[in-house]
Amino acid sequence: MAHKFEIENLNAWFGARQVLKNISMKIEENAVTAIIGPSGCGKTTFIRCLNRMHEITPGASVSGKVLFNGLNIYGNGVDPVMIRRKIGMVFQKPNPFPMMSIYDNVLAGLKLNGVKDKKILDVVAKQSLELANLWDEVKDDLNKSGASLSGGQQQRLCIARALAVNPEVLLMDEPCSALDPIATAKIETLIRKLAENYTVVIVTHNMQQAARVSDYIAFLYLGELIEYGQTKQIFENPKHELTERYLTGEFG
Amino acid sequence: MRKMDYYRFRLIKDYAARFIVYLSLTVALIPLFSILYEVVQKGISTINIDFFVNPTPTVGEKGGGAANAIQGTLITIGLASLIGIPIGLMSGVFLSEYSEHKLSVIVRFFNDVLSGIPSIVIGVFAYALIVRSIGFSVIAAAFALAIIMIPTVTRTTEEALKLVPLSLREAAIALGVPRWKTILTIVLRGAKKAVITGILLSIAKISGESAPVLVTMGYWRWWFAGLNRPAANLALNVFVFAVSPFENWIALAWGSALVLILLVLGINIAVKIFTRERY
Repeated sequence: MAHKFEIENLNAWFGARQVLKNISMKIEENAVTAIIGPSGCGKTTFIRCLNRMHEITPGASVSGKVLFNGLNIYGNGVDPVMIRRKIGMVFQKPNPFPMMSIYDNVLAGLKLNGVKDKKILDVVAKQSLELANLWDEVKDDLNKSGASLSGGQQQRLCIARALAVNPEVLLMDEPCSALDPIATAKIETLIRKLAENYTVVIVTHNMQQAARVSDYIAFLYLGELIEYGQTKQIFENPKHELTERYLTGEFG
Repeated sequence: MRKMDYYRFRLIKDYAARFIVYLSLTVALIPLFSILYEVVQKGISTINIDFFVNPTPTVGEKGGGAANAIQGTLITIGLASLIGIPIGLMSGVFLSEYSEHKLSVIVRFFNDVLSGIPSIVIGVFAYALIVRSIGFSVIAAAFALAIIMIPTVTRTTEEALKLVPLSLREAAIALGVPRWKTILTIVLRGAKKAVITGILLSIAKISGESAPVLVTMGYWRWWFAGLNRPAANLALNVFVFAVSPFENWIALAWGSALVLILLVLGINIAVKIFTRERY
């Protein structure tokens, strides 16, 4: 299997506080990798380093290499805007643009970057919404405000919006933490479907969810990568004592 | 029994507090309504077609109006807005969106200082800078008014933009939208209503300014004759005519005051209507 990301000695800071310590790992292409670990261990910071979102926080800094398709995204002359178009992101709380319709929300990435051809836009809107399993629910309400949808629908709208710019990777930061179990189940089914064509990296607090959706699991603790391997191996035969204690619910 | 007493005590406290609140409200509103009453009563008789069509009468001339003053005021406010709004808007965007920049602390500090400077001082500044080189003029007055409106527009824009959730900025940036475009499309669009409200209120504020206009515009009782010449002005009409010995001039002062108040009231009502319709 090919590696989508090769991360070498990644460190990240907020001001003087180091939140990621020397992380090195390789992320498989067209698979779901779950990042787990207790609160404050750096899970969110880690995935925000993968599409250069970490650095937009004032005072935040990064060192190390993140090779994406072999190219170091922190190298000289790399435009973070281009990186973010290839590596999409879905946030913890659904964040559709409240002043835009459902249609405009899905196409926000294209429209804001100057695509005007109505035919292309219509096709992309339908494809993205279908891919996000939302088309059937909203096809008659495309002109309604994105904020009028339920939480789970809003999150799928955000996934459709991220997919519309045709990325290769989808980073998901606890995408179900604000949702009910039914909406969560829909998103989890969707994640499995997306893994056929996209590389998915998902942060989750929920170990059952990690077990259900992921192919690989990385366990972070206090900013360090403690263990990384196939989901089955991590759950059945963790090599590290800390991983086992976390998985059995000894701390969280 | 003691429980009942305590209940009655609370009722009395409630009535007393309400009484004080209503009383304060009445006291606060008396000046407003007495001003409105006085100006409407004395000004309404002057308001007729002549008032909106004819320029200021000369000494001894009967009738006349304030049409030239309305024209001059609108042109001056328009030019001041043209200078002040873009600068205020851009400063507000800078303070809100680039707050990590070293300059932002300095800009915010001087903006606060500027908003505290008495308007007459700004008028004198404009006098020294512009009147002394090109003379009393619309440009000089508009320049002074623009400086007065900049800190208001800057502050309200900054506050309005800060209310747009960070999550919306991040959503756009994560889609590969450049930061400047995110600000122009997502942030400014999300804060549109509050930004326009701030702009309208700053226009209302400068419409009634008289001190800086007094030292920069000079007196002019004819029609508008060019930006580098003086122009008539409603606030100056009130100032000059109210102390004149002629009855029709004094009446014109009241009329001008009424139109000025209606202009500011109109802007405030526009703001109310504008901010009410939300989804």
